[in-house]
Amino acid sequence: MPQQSRPSQLFRNLHAKIAAIPMILTAAVVFAGGTLWTVVYSFTNSGLLPRLNFVGLAQYERLWSTPRWLVSIENLFIYGVGMLIFSLVIGFILAALLDQKIRFENTFRTIFLYPFALSFIVTGLVWQWILNPEFGIQGVVRGLGWESFSFNPLYSPDIVIYGILIAALWQSTGLVMCLMLAGLRGIDEEIWKAARVDGIPAWKTYLFVVIPMMRPVFITALVIIATGIVKVYDLVVAQTSGGPGISSEVPAKYVYDMMFSSQNLGQGFAASTMMLLSVLIVVIPWAYLEFGGKKRHG
Amino acid sequence: MADVGALNSADIASDAGTRDLVGPRGARPTRALSRRNIFLYGTLFVVAVYYLLPLYVMIVTSLKGMPEIRLGNVFSPPLEITFEPWVKAWATACTGLNCDGLSRGFWNSVRITVPSVILSIAIASLNGYALSLWRFKGANVFFTILIVGAFIPYQVMLYPIVIILREIGLYGSLSGLVLVHTIFGMPILTLLFRNYFSSVPEELFKAARVDGAGFWGIYFKIMLPMSLPIFVVALILQVTGIWNDFLFGVVYTRPETYPMTVQLNNIVNAVQGVKEYNVNMAATLLTGLVPLIVYFVSGKLFVRGIAAGAVKG
Repeated sequence: MPQQSRPSQLFRNLHAKIAAIPMILTAAVVFAGGTLWTVVYSFTNSGLLPRLNFVGLAQYERLWSTPRWLVSIENLFIYGVGMLIFSLVIGFILAALLDQKIRFENTFRTIFLYPFALSFIVTGLVWQWILNPEFGIQGVVRGLGWESFSFNPLYSPDIVIYGILIAALWQSTGLVMCLMLAGLRGIDEEIWKAARVDGIPAWKTYLFVVIPMMRPVFITALVIIATGIVKVYDLVVAQTSGGPGISSEVPAKYVYDMMFSSQNLGQGFAASTMMLLSVLIVVIPWAYLEFGGKKRHG
Repeated sequence: MADVGALNSADIASDAGTRDLVGPRGARPTRALSRRNIFLYGTLFVVAVYYLLPLYVMIVTSLKGMPEIRLGNVFSPPLEITFEPWVKAWATACTGLNCDGLSRGFWNSVRITVPSVILSIAIASLNGYALSLWRFKGANVFFTILIVGAFIPYQVMLYPIVIILREIGLYGSLSGLVLVHTIFGMPILTLLFRNYFSSVPEELFKAARVDGAGFWGIYFKIMLPMSLPIFVVALILQVTGIWNDFLFGVVYTRPETYPMTVQLNNIVNAVQGVKEYNVNMAATLLTGLVPLIVYFVSGKLFVRGIAAGAVKG
């Protein structure tokens, strides 16, 4: 932007600046200010009300010695790894199947994607019902004659998180499929012709040529899934409410409960700061890789 | 995409004539029942059944009476269809002390969603417009913060916003929640509009300026009319997103103003009383109906919306 007129600097583009006031306020006050505020207060012993009474890392020490938080982290880890692997694999396979110039492609895509329009609350409640031990899948299979059949994740502390994972995968693989499909459509037709001429089987072409070419799509999907994993909250609340006991707790729920029902703000702030940290670990390397070169003139 | 459309309508007789004129363009008149096709369509069909199953279960359960549910399983179709669960879910199901059903949550959600969608799109489109065509010094700094902010877990900002809302007297009110939705919709929508307006030919913008149009004139007379598709995409994105929200609803409203999702969860996961699975499923389906309708009506635009939201987000 060329800028010659010195005196009117502040009033240049005045209307644009006025129009951008909500954005400036949001960015500066809520996003930057709010985040900083939470991080600062995570070092205090705030209870019912936020107080600036610094206690160093005490909240974090307490956090990491609370069984419920440790269970939450373990669950988040299992859920996260499961989500990443399965949604990428299933999403890609579905996209590859839809990319075979098939009939009714739109119908299939509509069916695979519709759960994504539903909220996590609806998803959680439906799967709570389907996984109901008496009337759901377990009940049906037992009714067919396999009396000893057992599939009751929502009431088994050891595997409850997998029950949640099933519901989450149902809800969100459609999105990954859509991203992958867009990526596959971006692959040059010539590549396929060349592979066919060389007599390379299709699966090999996918594995060694197409997937490496789709690196940006995979990274985008990865970042979307990863940020979604950390935020998981409504699904757990709807499907299990963290139960049985504390066995399906997740960090986001810990934060909410500490802040709004246990009146233990300091713990909530410390836990949410840990969540922030885990997101930054994913996002910063990605942002660096993707935008690192361009940042200069930004 | 046109290709896909042609494939899908291949079995419509009226289409066949026009297609013949173009002549066969693809390379492959393969047999319909090859092993590859059986495998392909078989897999897709099984997966489609799996994806449709929960919707089917919701529908059949909501149409059964409780005695039938206790006897049967979740997958069996209803022997006797009854709409009573629907009526009960809508009008008389209880949450805590209130027994006026989901209808209250529905109207709360409407009262939240409509102003939130309008306000967030209005603000974000102006942001995007200012950022793409009227860049001012420092604009990019705030934009970067905004985009980075989109990745920050909401939990980090929950409490500071409680304080802000309390200070301006909106905590617990619907207007407060509208403000929250406007704030959190801003990153993705601003990005959407900024990218769209950046692709507008610059000559158009310059010509309008030469003719004396100002910031608002260009926005209302030129940009707004020519960017209706992106507004529709933003609309779809926001309606489904805000309708499906649970976290902000539960944090920033009071029981009387709970949105539908929160009320639904309270009805279904109520600890006291006998569980009425049919009413629960009717209520669940009712809550999912609005985004489902938006989804099925909008079709390709929905896909475009999430792609636009996702790929760059």
